[in-house]
Amino acid sequence: MGQRLIYLDNNATTPTDPRVVDAMIPYFYENPGNAASRNHPFGWKAEGAVDTARNQIADLIAVDEREIIFTSGATESDNLAIKGVFEMYQRKGNHIITAKTEHKAVLDACAKVEKMGGQVTYLDVDRLGRIRLEELEAAITDKTVLVSIMWANNETGVIQDMKAIGDICAKHGVLFMSDATQIVGKLPCHPKEVGVHLMAFTSHKMYGPKGVGALFVNRKNPRVKVTSQMDGGGHERGMRSGTLNVPGIVGFGEAARIAKEEMHQDAERLSKLRDKLQHALCSMLEESYVNGDQEHRMPHVTNISFKHVEGEGLMMTFNQNIAVSSGSACTSASLEPSYVLVALGLGDDLAHSSLRFSLGRFTTEEDIDETIAKVAEGVNHMRDLSPIWEMYKEGVDIDAIEWSEH
Amino acid sequence: MAYSEKLLDHFKNPRNVGTLDKSSENVGTGLVGAPECGDVMRLQIEVDPTTQKITQAKFKTFGCGSAIASSSLATEWLKGKTVDEALAIDNMAIVEELALPPVKIHCSVLAEDAIKGAIKDYQQKHGVQTVETIAVH
Repeated sequence: MGQRLIYLDNNATTPTDPRVVDAMIPYFYENPGNAASRNHPFGWKAEGAVDTARNQIADLIAVDEREIIFTSGATESDNLAIKGVFEMYQRKGNHIITAKTEHKAVLDACAKVEKMGGQVTYLDVDRLGRIRLEELEAAITDKTVLVSIMWANNETGVIQDMKAIGDICAKHGVLFMSDATQIVGKLPCHPKEVGVHLMAFTSHKMYGPKGVGALFVNRKNPRVKVTSQMDGGGHERGMRSGTLNVPGIVGFGEAARIAKEEMHQDAERLSKLRDKLQHALCSMLEESYVNGDQEHRMPHVTNISFKHVEGEGLMMTFNQNIAVSSGSACTSASLEPSYVLVALGLGDDLAHSSLRFSLGRFTTEEDIDETIAKVAEGVNHMRDLSPIWEMYKEGVDIDAIEWSEH
Repeated sequence: MAYSEKLLDHFKNPRNVGTLDKSSENVGTGLVGAPECGDVMRLQIEVDPTTQKITQAKFKTFGCGSAIASSSLATEWLKGKTVDEALAIDNMAIVEELALPPVKIHCSVLAEDAIKGAIKDYQQKHGVQTVETIAVH
């Protein structure tokens, strides 16, 4: 096509920062050691590199380095935390509380727990995407062992009131786990300050490589343990066996180091660009709605519904050079739109009409200007084609029509 | 997902977008799908009552690229056909022409339903007993 490619899908994954790649390269060939090889320089070098990375990551989230368990990514960390706590604390109880807007890694791990004999409460969220604290507290029983609430949502960027949730969990003596995949490395995120005992996150959402993630497991007050889900050589304090991905971990560490230094300036710059994008689209295009809480939201994300336009079709008008994602599930075999947006109380029609824009460290103002122009053009084009837009313009009550199901 | 050139062409340059007067004697309108399902197709035909030939076809579609391309193609095929010939259009012909991937076959089904819906509407206006009922998917 010869067109400049614009990447606004950073919540799916971020590009690896070139500085991270540079840090990783020596650990493929020059330093090939296994971090568990204790008896030769290759192993020592690898172990040293892993220690450095562990410190960098612990430093970013303000925890002790012994509280970092390396995994293959956030999905594995979520699984380890949820299933691992369920198995470890069976004598105490079998009840887990989570929310309907969680990532599938959490929801599906919870579904597995239900099959294993556990009970799971799935909390609703309010119109802005936040859980209601009184509902959380009311859901806690003497059988509750874990509350799992994501720090920031992947589709809307909405940030939960973590401190208040942590206080409720502490009051009832329940463990608090959080999937913090979307916030670590982008905003300050300190589990100990808010009473989070387990926290899942991953490298490839913070400009590190794919295939490496971590689970923070609180060591003191309370001392938390999880039953391993991967058995073998007893790596990572026995909680996660398997040879460590040394180059990946080195990259993850370097990404954490850079994030700690640069996240504030990144966040400030990106929130301005995000606001420009959101404001331009919402003022140029009538019947556009921002989904989720705009006050408690990640600085680089906006999720907008363009009424009477279907998201996937809309994306096709510009996806030769602009990458975003849609809450419409028309691409999958199911016709269900985003369950996250539906949980916010959006009608299926508005959920089908949504686009998620997620900016990142390498997004430029030029990218945003071009995106504004192309998306506005696409929405107008699709509305010209849309029979329900025409009906809306003629004043027809679309909700009153008896649509044929198919 | 890579789409065929034909599909992309119909999506980017949709044929016969527009609206016919649905109250006209000679216009049949088919409106199928639902906003909740992410697809709504409105297909309209204008029929010459003496020859039973479709002289004009227009559409508007809310939906994904495949839904738009399927309805655009349907309008192209309808023009010049008789009502009976139009009734014989099968969704699989649309699937083949546009090389729709399996997850998009429902778009072609919707287009076939819209064609049948438009013909039924026209026939009802002219007091023709419609034998065929539209399949529910």
